[in-house]
Amino acid sequence: MRYAYYPGCSAHSTARDMHESCLAVSKALGIELNEIKGWTCCGASAAHQTDRKLAVSLASANLLLAKQMGMDMVVNCAACYNRSKTANYEIINSENVRKSVADSLGDTYDGSVPVRHFVEILLKDIGPVNLRKKIINPLRDLKVAAYYGCYLVRPSEVTNFDDPENPTIMESLIDAIGGTNVEWSGKVDCCGGMQNLTQTEITVRRSAAVIDMAQAAGAECIVVACPMCQVSLDVRQADMEKLLGRKYNMPVIYLTQLVGLALGLSPVELGFNKLMVNPAAVLNKVKAAA
Amino acid sequence: MTIRITKHKATEDFLKLVQEKADVNLSSCYQCKKCSMGCPVADLIKLPPSEVIRGLQLGAGTELLNTDLIWTCLSCETCYSRCPNQINFPAVIDALKSIALEKGAAKPAGDAPLFNRLFLNTVKSYGRVYELLAIAMYKLGTGNLKQDMGKFPMMLKKGKIAILPPSGANKDKMKRIFSKSAQNKGTEK
Repeated sequence: MRYAYYPGCSAHSTARDMHESCLAVSKALGIELNEIKGWTCCGASAAHQTDRKLAVSLASANLLLAKQMGMDMVVNCAACYNRSKTANYEIINSENVRKSVADSLGDTYDGSVPVRHFVEILLKDIGPVNLRKKIINPLRDLKVAAYYGCYLVRPSEVTNFDDPENPTIMESLIDAIGGTNVEWSGKVDCCGGMQNLTQTEITVRRSAAVIDMAQAAGAECIVVACPMCQVSLDVRQADMEKLLGRKYNMPVIYLTQLVGLALGLSPVELGFNKLMVNPAAVLNKVKAAA
Repeated sequence: MTIRITKHKATEDFLKLVQEKADVNLSSCYQCKKCSMGCPVADLIKLPPSEVIRGLQLGAGTELLNTDLIWTCLSCETCYSRCPNQINFPAVIDALKSIALEKGAAKPAGDAPLFNRLFLNTVKSYGRVYELLAIAMYKLGTGNLKQDMGKFPMMLKKGKIAILPPSGANKDKMKRIFSKSAQNKGTEK
């Protein structure tokens, strides 16, 4: 299993925990991730809000490098995933976009590199059956709310990830590692991450609503696959307390971190020490189960 | 909310410009309002997605550039995902944003254009986003230094945000992409 790996900018900053846990899990499962040399920013939300053509060109630069490596491109960040898939979609469907990308890169790119989120690799290439065989610390009765947010599932014609209203990929994996999925209706709601710095109160209210729903469903932690969701839900809990006048203490962890725990990897190796909301409740439960 | 629409030649051009930029056909909207029902910021704005489309259909023009949805939108894509006619409304929002930037429309709440510019400036310089620099410049630029200051020491201590600038990107390629984009903007006008 060899892939071209696109870490994305946040992998070396606010989502280092996501990146580190992905690498550790890959190593444990024999997944070979080859980091794309010289990779550049996909443009994130700033580029498409400024100039959609620029956004497609920025994402295509990395897709072209992956194409030259002859491998599928694996992405961990849901926003990079969405932007890269959007670039492929627009290049395939528009002659104009193809031309503008060729002019911008000085090379042609045809939109053909498969872009895959690491969660898809775990489900489809490894598979729940094989994953289950490698489990050392099954999560037993840890109650988990699988949270997808926006970028993985929408628009589904572009991402083609799973059912956009009721995805279940993460639940299948959580089930395979021995966790208990809670039933809840917040899994594809928006955390408001895009306004995290610009109109913070919107993010705080949206993210609090997501946590409230997970809590009401009995979840002991929320599991995410997007750095924007992770930062909004985790880092903003102190602001939720201030704004809404009630206590928030919900660990928000990456799916790769939870899978890593079940594989017997150490919390430090998986970046648990970087989380703002103390994940002790999760760690103690997994340890107790071991 | 009601918007006053004065129909004249310029507004017809406006609809055409938005449709071209967004690559959508807004005449296929029959106002089912699923977009507005699912919009997570609908309760915060005066003009929800379906009404922005109605405005464009009826010939509204540059008055839409100051509508609050444009810079409050979360890009969650729920509207597009649920539209029975597959209208890419987030692309309409992006089109309105880029026209607003070109025409120098009023600075919106939160000044997202400033944040986007600073974010892309770090991408232009380093090939990748330098989060700490973009955030610090934005806080300076908006004079909102106090907000979030309490969080940074803990985030830095935990390694939740990087202090040093990113390295390893192909900066020459970035320069080329950004300069081509600037050139094309020049010829479009």
